[in-house]
Amino acid sequence: MIRALVAFLVRLATGVRLVADATAPQTRRIYFANHSSHLDFVVIWASLPRRLRDHTRPVAAAEYWEKDPARRWIARHFFKAVLIPRDPKRMKSADPLGRMIAALEEGADLIVFPEGTRSYGSVARFKPGLFHLASKRPDLELMPVYLENLNRILPKGELIPLPLMGHIVYGDAVPVPQEGEGKPEFLERTRLAVIALSHGTLTASSPDDERS
Amino acid sequence: MMKDPELLFLLGGVVAVLLIASAVTRLLIHRKGVNPTLENLRQRVNAWWWMMLVFGASLALGRSGVFGFYALLSFLALREFLTLSPTPPGDHRTLAWVFFLILPVHYFFAWVPWYGMFLIWIPVYAFIFIPVRSALAGDTDRFLERTSRIQWGVLTCVYFLSYLPMLLELPIPGYAGQNAKLVFFVVLVTQISDVMQYVFGKLFGRHLLAPKVSPSKTREGLLYGGAAATLIGGSLWWATPFSFPAALAMSALLVLAGFLGGLVMSAVKRSLGAKDWGRGIPGHGGVLDRLDSILFAAPIFFHVTAYYFTTNMAVERPQPEWIRQLLTPWGG
Repeated sequence: MIRALVAFLVRLATGVRLVADATAPQTRRIYFANHSSHLDFVVIWASLPRRLRDHTRPVAAAEYWEKDPARRWIARHFFKAVLIPRDPKRMKSADPLGRMIAALEEGADLIVFPEGTRSYGSVARFKPGLFHLASKRPDLELMPVYLENLNRILPKGELIPLPLMGHIVYGDAVPVPQEGEGKPEFLERTRLAVIALSHGTLTASSPDDERS
Repeated sequence: MMKDPELLFLLGGVVAVLLIASAVTRLLIHRKGVNPTLENLRQRVNAWWWMMLVFGASLALGRSGVFGFYALLSFLALREFLTLSPTPPGDHRTLAWVFFLILPVHYFFAWVPWYGMFLIWIPVYAFIFIPVRSALAGDTDRFLERTSRIQWGVLTCVYFLSYLPMLLELPIPGYAGQNAKLVFFVVLVTQISDVMQYVFGKLFGRHLLAPKVSPSKTREGLLYGGAAATLIGGSLWWATPFSFPAALAMSALLVLAGFLGGLVMSAVKRSLGAKDWGRGIPGHGGVLDRLDSILFAAPIFFHVTAYYFTTNMAVERPQPEWIRQLLTPWGG
């Protein structure tokens, strides 16, 4: 299949390994990762084994991926992305939460980037989306993912990727919002779960770390 | 290239040694059961099989195959080096030029062969371009350090490594068309030197040579392992253009240069906070972990051999006629 070939080529180019022993989730799974490059969801997608990859859909920014027909085709038909507008005005009418839940109900796992934008060197504060999603569907499995070096392979604003080696770490699932846990606490907890996977590369300094 | 019976004999010899190594490993695992050391040994022997296959395949493809193979190796080595060596976004464009233009053009000059450009493309033109491009990008934070890292990576992973396939182009009297064996000789002696130093180090190693740099390089490992590798290299004198004593001396030179290259790259690795350059080769680490002893050995061996046979590469391998004609409309 073409998808398997593309996944193989992405792994070859970025040096990221296939996570062959990844377990299938009991219900549906949300992969949430740090965001530093447009390559991010491509690499997560490529590192999953076929049985998981086939029903994993990235949640991506509509503004970027709908810019020209080529990108639209890649996002919509190749990766089967759920495209969500980032512009707050468009967001209200697009019902991002509803669309994500609909995708989950259709049997897909989702890849989300709770920072909402690409950051460099640290993990910015998480936007509320993950909290709302996990509150509405407490049966979801939330898996933190750490991506390293991808922002050096394809930084913000660059077109040509460098053939450097990236690294991906999948963590153990974190619990959904607990009884009495507020939104900020949940978001901070999940953010620290991603940081913990970086084994010291990212520091858990002030959550107000600015993005580049 | 592959029709050379001596080369086939050498290849056959290596296959025989690897067969013995595989058999011994199987036997040890059968007797003692699997443990981390034996698992590492099994991985290492398997990796040697693959490396020999790939190297042999490149020889079978002829001159262009060998240059292409080493261009790929340089690419992979540079990739590992620059992955571990932190570079900010300001260097992104510079590195794109390095990977996609400077490296291929260098190997093009080597392949033609145009010795003059092979010699100066990187140390003059690339070394000037790299800081210029980074300066134009505007990021001056730790500028000298960043430029130096990139230059060092290009120098070792591309320039020094390319001296190995360039051995094919040395016009040695009485040895025409046989240079592939010389490439094989260098690779064989440096790798055997690594293995021997490792084995003798494990068996007899007591005095660490540079404990802060490398926890496994010992005086005993270097002396006994190096002596063993020198003798093995000398015993292959018939495949080289050297006499037996000269082959011994060149083998000793390879052992020394290989040891020093490995030592320096260990120091570089440690300063970057890493134990291995990558995970590409199971049991060995990355591509650069295997090549580090060749990096210094190749250029030294090339130039000493060229001097020994008083070859004048600038005369024998000048700018080729077809390139001169391509450039004439501009030069007039």
